[in-house]
Amino acid sequence: MNLAKELFRGLIKENPTLVLLLGMCPTLAVSNQAINGIGMGLAATFVLVGSNVVIAMIKNVTPDKVRIPIFVVVIACFVTIVDLCMNAFTPDLHATLGIFIPLIVVNCIILGRAEAFASKNTVLPSLVDGIVMGIGFTCGLTVLGSIREILGNGSIFGYKLVAENASTILVFILPPGAFIALGFLIATVNRLLKKKA
Amino acid sequence: MEYLIIIIGAVLVNNVVLIQFLGICPFLGVSTRISTALGMAAAVVFVMALATAATFLLQIGVLIPLKIEFLQTLLFILVIAALVQMVELILKKVSQPLYQALGVYLPLITTNCAILGIAVLVTRIGYNLAQSVVYAVGIAVGFGFALVIFAGIRERQELYDIPEAMKGAPIALVTAGLMSLAFMGFSGMIK
Repeated sequence: MNLAKELFRGLIKENPTLVLLLGMCPTLAVSNQAINGIGMGLAATFVLVGSNVVIAMIKNVTPDKVRIPIFVVVIACFVTIVDLCMNAFTPDLHATLGIFIPLIVVNCIILGRAEAFASKNTVLPSLVDGIVMGIGFTCGLTVLGSIREILGNGSIFGYKLVAENASTILVFILPPGAFIALGFLIATVNRLLKKKA
Repeated sequence: MEYLIIIIGAVLVNNVVLIQFLGICPFLGVSTRISTALGMAAAVVFVMALATAATFLLQIGVLIPLKIEFLQTLLFILVIAALVQMVELILKKVSQPLYQALGVYLPLITTNCAILGIAVLVTRIGYNLAQSVVYAVGIAVGFGFALVIFAGIRERQELYDIPEAMKGAPIALVTAGLMSLAFMGFSGMIK
C-alpha cells in the first residue's frame, strides 16, 4: 500500500468534511475556535481508528443481518471511552464540546467507514484508513476553526493577532458564520480540485 | 405559560438546525422539494416525541438508580434504533396511508443526530417528563419549520445562474447561514 497516496486520498481527494460532506453537525458546531476543531478531530479519530480495527477483527464472526447494530455498539463503546477520558484529562475542552462528544456515535463518517471499508478489509488497512480519514477530518475542522477564529475573534489558538479592543467580524464565531464560512471553503476546494482534474 | 415559553424557545430562539447545529445531514439532504421536506418534518416530530419520552424514562428508571449513567450513549442509541424499527413495523400494520407518507423517512431518522442530541440534552437541562416531551415536540417543529422554509428557497434557487464552484452544497450552506442570521433575531425574546 502506498502511504503517500493514502494520505493524499484522506486529506484532499476524499476529505470527509470538505469533499464527502460527512459529519457536518460537529463540523459546524465546534469550529468557532481552532483548538476546538483539533480536540473534536482527535476524539473522532480515536473512535474511528478503534472501531475500524475492532470491526475488521470481528467481521468474520458477525452475522450479515445484524451487522449495523453490532457496529453501532462497537462505536458507542469507543465514544464512551473518549467521553470519560476527556472528562478526566481535559475538562475545559470536554465542557466546550459538550453534547457533541456523545454525538460522535451518530457521526456518519465513522459508521460510513465501518460499513464501506473495515467490514471488507483486514486489520492493518483498516487501521491506516481510520488514521487517514481521521487526519482528514481533523484538518478540515482545524482549517474551518482557524478561519472563523481569525475573522471573528482576531486570534488563532488563543493568540491575539489584533489589538485587544479592535472590532472583529463577530458574526463568524456565531452560528450563521459557521454556515457561511464552510460554504465558501467548500466552494474554494471545489474550484481547486476541478482545476487539477 | 411555562410550556408556551419552552415551545417558543425550542422552535424559534434555539432552533435545532440553525442555532444548535443538530440534524444538518437531513436538513441538507431532503430539502430540495417542499413535499419531501414536509414528510420528513412529520416523521421527525413523531419519532422525536416518542424517543425523548422513552430515553427519559430509561434515564430516570434504570440508569440513575443503577448508577450506570456512563452507559447513556450506548443505551440511548440502541433504544432509538429499536424504537424507529418498531414504529416502522407498527405503522406498516396499522395505517398504510401513514406508512406510505412517512415510511421512507423513518430509516433515515436513526442517524439523525438531532434525535440522540435532544434525548441527551433534556437529561442535562433537568426537565421533568412533561417538559421534556413538550421541548422535544417544540424542537421537532422548529426543525420542520426551518426545513420547509429552506426547501422553498432551494426550489427557487434551481432557476438561478449560480457560479460553477458554488453549485450544490456551498450555496445551500450560505443560504442556511443567512437563514440562521435571520433566526438570531429571535434571540432576545426569551432569556
